[in-house]
Amino acid sequence: MAGVVVLRLYLAGEGPNSTTARLNLERLLAGVDHAGYSLEVVDCLRDPLRALEQGVLVTPTLVRVEPEPVVTIIGTLRDSRGVMDMLGLARAVGAAAAEGARHDGP
Amino acid sequence: MTRATTDTEGAGSQEGAGETVRKAATGIPGIDAITRGGFPEARTTLILGGPGAGKTVLALESMVNAARLNHEPGIFVAFEESSRQIIANAATFGWDLPSLEREKLFFLDARVSPMTIQSGDFDITLMLAGLEVKAREMGARRIVLDGLDVLLALLDDPVRERQEVYRLHDWLQKSGLTAVITGKATDVDRHGAERYAFMQFMVDAVILLHHRMVDRVSLRGLRVAKYRGTGFDEGEFPMVISPTGIQVATFGPAILGHDVSTERVSTGIPRLDNMLDGGYYRGSSVLVSGAPGVAKTTLAASFARATCAQGERMLFVSFDEAATQLVRNLQSVGIDLAPFVSAGLLRIHAVRSESRSAEDHLIELQRIIREFEPRGLVLDPISALGKTGGEIAAVHSSLRLLDYARALGITALSTSLMSQGANVEATSMEISTIADTWIHLAYSIHGGERNRTLTVVKSRGMRHSNQVRELILSDAGVTLADVFTAGGEVLVGTARWEYERSVRERAERERLEREHRRRVAEQNVARLEAQIAGLRAELEAQRSEMEVVGAHELNVAERRQDGQEALRRLRFGANDAPRTPGS
Repeated sequence: MAGVVVLRLYLAGEGPNSTTARLNLERLLAGVDHAGYSLEVVDCLRDPLRALEQGVLVTPTLVRVEPEPVVTIIGTLRDSRGVMDMLGLARAVGAAAAEGARHDGP
Repeated sequence: MTRATTDTEGAGSQEGAGETVRKAATGIPGIDAITRGGFPEARTTLILGGPGAGKTVLALESMVNAARLNHEPGIFVAFEESSRQIIANAATFGWDLPSLEREKLFFLDARVSPMTIQSGDFDITLMLAGLEVKAREMGARRIVLDGLDVLLALLDDPVRERQEVYRLHDWLQKSGLTAVITGKATDVDRHGAERYAFMQFMVDAVILLHHRMVDRVSLRGLRVAKYRGTGFDEGEFPMVISPTGIQVATFGPAILGHDVSTERVSTGIPRLDNMLDGGYYRGSSVLVSGAPGVAKTTLAASFARATCAQGERMLFVSFDEAATQLVRNLQSVGIDLAPFVSAGLLRIHAVRSESRSAEDHLIELQRIIREFEPRGLVLDPISALGKTGGEIAAVHSSLRLLDYARALGITALSTSLMSQGANVEATSMEISTIADTWIHLAYSIHGGERNRTLTVVKSRGMRHSNQVRELILSDAGVTLADVFTAGGEVLVGTARWEYERSVRERAERERLEREHRRRVAEQNVARLEAQIAGLRAELEAQRSEMEVVGAHELNVAERRQDGQEALRRLRFGANDAPRTPGS
């Protein structure tokens, strides 16, 4: 089992894409042990320039800050299985949880 | 889309009359000329082109110029290259971005990492919000979005892409920034099928950049496909990315209505000046055609020397012959250009024709002409332009260059390879139609030798001799000799010389004959005079004789009288003495 997965979700206020992404991620993480990850949600519209300078250009953007290497996923996280694979959470959660999340998304 | 476009475009043809669109200069002379002022201010311009067509350089240069020359701050959003890369590239053009960056320019590195995974839709709301903050903070007037397509392609959905472009467009309109969006389009002429089709309707101006390889030479071209509310020069203009930035070849400053000069400039050959009724017209175009080695360069150099001798600047473009070689070769025919070179009146621009495309040459030469401001121009040979990059490009470039010179009042002499009977090159053909004066040099082969002849094929607007002259090169320079016609044939070289000699001989013979006859007559006169003198002497002698004889007879008669007297006295005595016999 890997160390704690650190996630950061960059959103632009309550825009439709941002909202969808937030709901999708919440659903994906529903079956994951809370101790296995930490999630920070950033509303970039409060300081958009800072986000740009950090390399976040579009929203929504989900970044796996840890463990290395950094993984960046842009979009509404529609492909839930792929997202879980990329974040390295699928193994931690188990196939059943991932299967359960597949039909989600807009 | 507003139809007012067409109306104002019509008015635009009258040099800006009735133009409503305010322009933001690009600071790139050719582009500002074609667009009559630059990009539409506070509007969006779309620059489309294939890879390496120069989109980024064009967008960046216009922004750098605005910052440098007009102190307009600008934002550059780089979707394709890292901003560090762009700054490094800019340094090769001599643009010091780091110093500008501190106050006037802001580069946003907007590359999407190749490690990024896309899953579902996203939008650029955040980016626009960030740019808005930055624009306000720095008082930006310009923005470049370079390679937006790279980001949009990630959406992988034409409808979503269009949505984001509309979002961007709305934001740009509200921002009041003069915007440039660049985008890749592999075949810019068939852009209709591409993602920019709808974008072209949306933006106010569309500039297409072409980049193609012809004969292994890269050719770039720029065309304004659309410019709402203003007139612009249509057609594709040659473009190069030079060491100092983008250069676009245009027509001269004023395409039409250039002053027609009646002033003459010397051809450098007095007898040719006479043939042309005073020389070339200032600002006219002269074509000197002929086979290789027929002294085209020499004729051009005579003109160059004559121009410099008047204290006027002359640009001598020598294709494929080095300047030193040119000067040395001309010295052998008595034309010394070296003093003019050192005096700064003559600039010899020697260049290998194959090194660039015709259009590159054109742009380079236009730049030199702008800098050097010559009154005379020699292109030797202009046909070298056709060596690479295709005939069409060569013809266009040549015509454009000559047009440019004409508009600036520069007298341009082009030499061109053209042999009688052989295939006439397209370049020569085209140039000969626009040339005001066309001089053809040829070899005349007669009696087993070649000699050079000169014919004025045409000379617009001036009286000119239609006679063929022989061109004679010697270490004393170039001279023209009369040619003789005998039996319908022009006599040159030895034939001319022989003819001249026979004429001379006949004259000499006649002279000798006259001399002889004169001497004979003199002798006769002398002889007759001598005879006359002899006769006269004889006559004198006879006269003398006559006198002598006469005198003797008188004496005899006197003596006889004396004797009779004495006898009478003796016969009659003293008494009868006073009586005279006969009384």
